[in-house]
Amino acid sequence: MKQVDAAVVQRELTRLITDCLIIPDKAVTKALTEIRTDSEIERTAAAIIVENNIIAERERLYCCQDTGQALFFVKLGDEVVCQGLTDAINGAVHDAYKTARKSVADPLTRKNTDDNTPAIIEYTLTRGDALEITFLAKGAGSENMSRLYMLTPADGEQGIIDSVVDAVKKGGKNACPPLIVGVGIGGVTETACSLSKRALLRPVGQNSERADVAALEKETLKRVNALGIGVAALGGNLTALAVNIETAPTHIGMLPVAVNLQCHSLRHGSVKF
Amino acid sequence: MNTIYPKKLRLPSDIAHIKDLRMGEIVMLSGTVYTARDQAHKRLAAAIENCEQLPFPLDGAAIYYCGPTPAAEGQIIGSCGPTTSARMDAYTPLLLDNGLKVMIGKGVRSDDVTQAIKEHGAVYLSAIGGAAALYQSTVRTCELIAYPDLGCEAVYKLTVEDFPAMVTIV
Repeated sequence: MKQVDAAVVQRELTRLITDCLIIPDKAVTKALTEIRTDSEIERTAAAIIVENNIIAERERLYCCQDTGQALFFVKLGDEVVCQGLTDAINGAVHDAYKTARKSVADPLTRKNTDDNTPAIIEYTLTRGDALEITFLAKGAGSENMSRLYMLTPADGEQGIIDSVVDAVKKGGKNACPPLIVGVGIGGVTETACSLSKRALLRPVGQNSERADVAALEKETLKRVNALGIGVAALGGNLTALAVNIETAPTHIGMLPVAVNLQCHSLRHGSVKF
Repeated sequence: MNTIYPKKLRLPSDIAHIKDLRMGEIVMLSGTVYTARDQAHKRLAAAIENCEQLPFPLDGAAIYYCGPTPAAEGQIIGSCGPTTSARMDAYTPLLLDNGLKVMIGKGVRSDDVTQAIKEHGAVYLSAIGGAAALYQSTVRTCELIAYPDLGCEAVYKLTVEDFPAMVTIV
């Protein structure tokens, strides 16, 4: 059995969280730098976001004031032990968010937890001796605009495309475009929601390895960008940078489709132990 | 940047001129804005309903929907981009009835709020969501003036200079 020291995990995660909150995914900044549009306002908005990301990195400022709720996706091998892992993850959130915004509150009283805990953690048990932890910061602006559609098998691919377009049409303007659209199809309700969130972690611009899913991603992206919402929702043709679809087998009587919208401040990263 | 954003708007001195703004125009704001988001709006609305004194004069005021990150050492404010305006829609007509003239945030407003903004000769400006570090660099002064227990949702009086935004409802 491999042993991993929880104190090391806490220290490394604290550093990862801070770096992620300052510097968003560089693929997004690159895409905004290379934007091709006829709209002057969209070009201006893209230039402002690029400038923002340059200032954030240079001045070590958080790229967005909504430093989000802290999400973790943990792959834990069955030949590795890390005693106190959940506490270490929450400890890292507590430490890293000392200088970031405390955005987590009781849902009824709205009383703030004051250190951005508890972290939202999904554990996946795997074979082997690897421990891999992926962090994703999720702000309210985009998460609030996410949706779940319980379609029927008869709705098929057209129903899936229409659902994604509906979600972006209804919520895209509030979700800080250009968006990454995560889509989870299949399983039961929470499977679809989890897949839609995990879909955001895929490198921007990389389509699914499944040819039929990749084709569906491309077609859906085309439809989403035809909505004309554009960068910062000021009108234009870059509403989304990617539609990423993840699937899981589902019941013969079901077709759950979860759509998770991610703002352009895509803040994520992984660390292995 | 002045070539991209030609129009200057000073707050509160240019309040009388906001009726001349046109939809889609880019403006560079300078002057006083008050931050307020969900919980501050709830308290402002309750104070109005209970005829209590407000923490700042609402008449002719500009509210920025924003909850900044804490200021780093040596800084006056942390990152401070706009939050989603639609969550304030429930309180906005009441605030407009009491003199609010300028709102700065991101995203769409309800039909009721759009109509109320027009009826009151007010203006809604869209800031660029996620450009929080850039907006931080436009803040010259920052003073905590109300509801410190709300943390980032407290009301701060900010003086900004050349803060870019787009006229969205007027």
